[in-house]
Amino acid sequence: MQLLTSLIDGLLIGFVYGVAAVGLTLIWGVMSVINLSHGPVMALGMFSTYLLFTNLGVNPYLALIAVAVFGLVLGLVIYAVAVHRVISAPHLSSLLATFAVNMIIIGIGTAVFSTSPHNIDFSLGSIYLGPIILPAARLLAAVAAILFTVLLYLFLYFTRPGKAIRAVANNRMAAELMGIPSAQVLALSFGIGTALAAVAGGLIATFFPFTILSGGPYELKSFVICVLGGLGNPLGALLGGLLLGGLEGLIPTFMPVSWVPVLEFGLFILVLLVKPSGLLGAKT
Amino acid sequence: MKGKGTVMMALAAVLCLVLAGSVQAQAPAAKNVVIGFTASQTGKLNVEGMRQINGLNLWMERVNAAGGVKLADGSVVKFTSKFYDDESNKGRVQEFYTKLINDDKANFLVSPYSSGLTDAAAVIAQQNNRIMITAGAASDSTYKKGFTLVYQTYTPASRYLTGAVDILAKLDPKAKKIAIVHEKDKFSTDVVNDLKQYAEGKGYQIVLFEGYDAGTTDFAPFINKFPKDVDAIMGGGHFADTSTFAKQLHEKGIKPTVVALLVAPPEPKFAELGEAAVGIIGASQWEPAAKYSPEAAKAKNLEWFGPTVAEFVEAYTKKFNEEPSYHSAGGFVAGLLIEKAIAKAGSIDTEKVKAALDAMDIMTFYGHLKFDNTPAAHGLQVGHDMIYIQWQKDPKGALVKEVVWPEEAKTKDVIPMPKKK
Repeated sequence: MQLLTSLIDGLLIGFVYGVAAVGLTLIWGVMSVINLSHGPVMALGMFSTYLLFTNLGVNPYLALIAVAVFGLVLGLVIYAVAVHRVISAPHLSSLLATFAVNMIIIGIGTAVFSTSPHNIDFSLGSIYLGPIILPAARLLAAVAAILFTVLLYLFLYFTRPGKAIRAVANNRMAAELMGIPSAQVLALSFGIGTALAAVAGGLIATFFPFTILSGGPYELKSFVICVLGGLGNPLGALLGGLLLGGLEGLIPTFMPVSWVPVLEFGLFILVLLVKPSGLLGAKT
Repeated sequence: MKGKGTVMMALAAVLCLVLAGSVQAQAPAAKNVVIGFTASQTGKLNVEGMRQINGLNLWMERVNAAGGVKLADGSVVKFTSKFYDDESNKGRVQEFYTKLINDDKANFLVSPYSSGLTDAAAVIAQQNNRIMITAGAASDSTYKKGFTLVYQTYTPASRYLTGAVDILAKLDPKAKKIAIVHEKDKFSTDVVNDLKQYAEGKGYQIVLFEGYDAGTTDFAPFINKFPKDVDAIMGGGHFADTSTFAKQLHEKGIKPTVVALLVAPPEPKFAELGEAAVGIIGASQWEPAAKYSPEAAKAKNLEWFGPTVAEFVEAYTKKFNEEPSYHSAGGFVAGLLIEKAIAKAGSIDTEKVKAALDAMDIMTFYGHLKFDNTPAAHGLQVGHDMIYIQWQKDPKGALVKEVVWPEEAKTKDVIPMPKKK
């Protein structure tokens, strides 16, 4: 029973990891940019949800819609200011540009919010499934994560802008030759990627306390997940998130919790060595 | 000849009068005693450090306003302070304490805030033959290095949570299983290592003993490991992680008889957890609600010294516009100890004041104070007990922080964690 409870706990949080990683992998897949501002954007998602809830009394789950819009706009701004000019430069340039954005957000965030932990005081209680007790917030977060992933899928496969994103990801030059405005598509992709990061941050804020620095560990997990699932592959990222969450749930039932990162990163290196394209294969 | 003798006698009489007059004129002249310390005015410890200094300054103001301390020779001692900002930096502490002793001629020293900084400062005090009263330094190790002039005001880390085991024994004499989950920093690890030893010594079974990294937010992996019949959960670390731990215990419906956690529960902000806070016990060095009193001292056959709890809280709140924390109380009581020791010794001589401190066994608004006199742990606080608070609900259903342990300080009886409905 302990095994089942731990596995369910891990999988529920794995969905949220998945959403964060889908955002990162989308940006990589479309524009080959490793976005180092992913973590701080997640933290801004946490604070946006917090501020909407605390100051305006907005239900944190409804607030996610506003947070997604905020993430989208923020992504467009980051793209225009920091990424667009270096998009065709070597990877190191975009890496440094997004790292600079990371530092700016953390600096301003620290000045405004300090590094004291904040907490969304919104309790949904627990759900009792026989002997298994699940915090309702985690369950809802998983449902919301699935919802956002489905919306992303529908957007990418059934709308013109979505199809344009996939076309640019596949072959930017060919897409441009077909009349697709690649600059706008790239900006939109970056915006959607950061919107997903902000949403993931908002979901995490509903059950864990956070500071402006809290995005860091999740950004790191997102990188591991992207490699597990295959860089640039959104479905792989979601499954990678579930795999990581499941592992985080199961490993502690057999050994001390401090072994979790050891095994996680061990698996990360193993995947890089044996199947560098990721479990579902990277999109090139 | 006769006339000459009369003149001589008259001169002698005048001289005697003049001398007597000069002695009388000198007697009220106050001696100035310099209390030296470093204050963490900046850096990561600035909040706690400043509260400690506020407490110390309040003591100094009060003792000077009351006319100072009278010595055996009839002279009066008044106090001034000399301090530097140590920037919460261990590297600066030794330099400043050397300067305080050599340049500023500090007679007595008070430690900086935190065990780490105090450890560095204590060496300088001992080397220069100066008495140091430590405040804000709970670690045991400082007092086990052979120092003879360093005296601790805080209950040492080794006894930080042991009272929770006694509370468990009181609430449920049949209880057997304790789970300990703690942050992996030095302070928390020291506390739980001693807690484990104490609990095992009392016959309890430690069913889980695991550490977590600083900044941990997900405690489900630990909570899922607790056996269903666990009687007590103890441990924690700092505010953020400990309050999250308490919240997730509630969400998971884990309600053993006792949940006792470090640092976070005494903070007023802990009440924001709502239902999750009910029944949680926390350890604090001191609380404004503590009921230490001259009557409690009499019952324990101890001498009472200094202001009452209410007087201290009122004076502090009036001066600093905030309720005193245990950091503030620690600073005040460090001064109070110097005052009492000088008064008892009737001197400001280091050896005589040391003897008075060694023999000290008093109760103050801060609780019982007594020092270990053995060479193995000289200066370690052996009289003072942690105060255990518990969040309970008042008749109107509002959360109230009650002092439940020790008996002489309690405001309410301790209750078991309310079981889930």
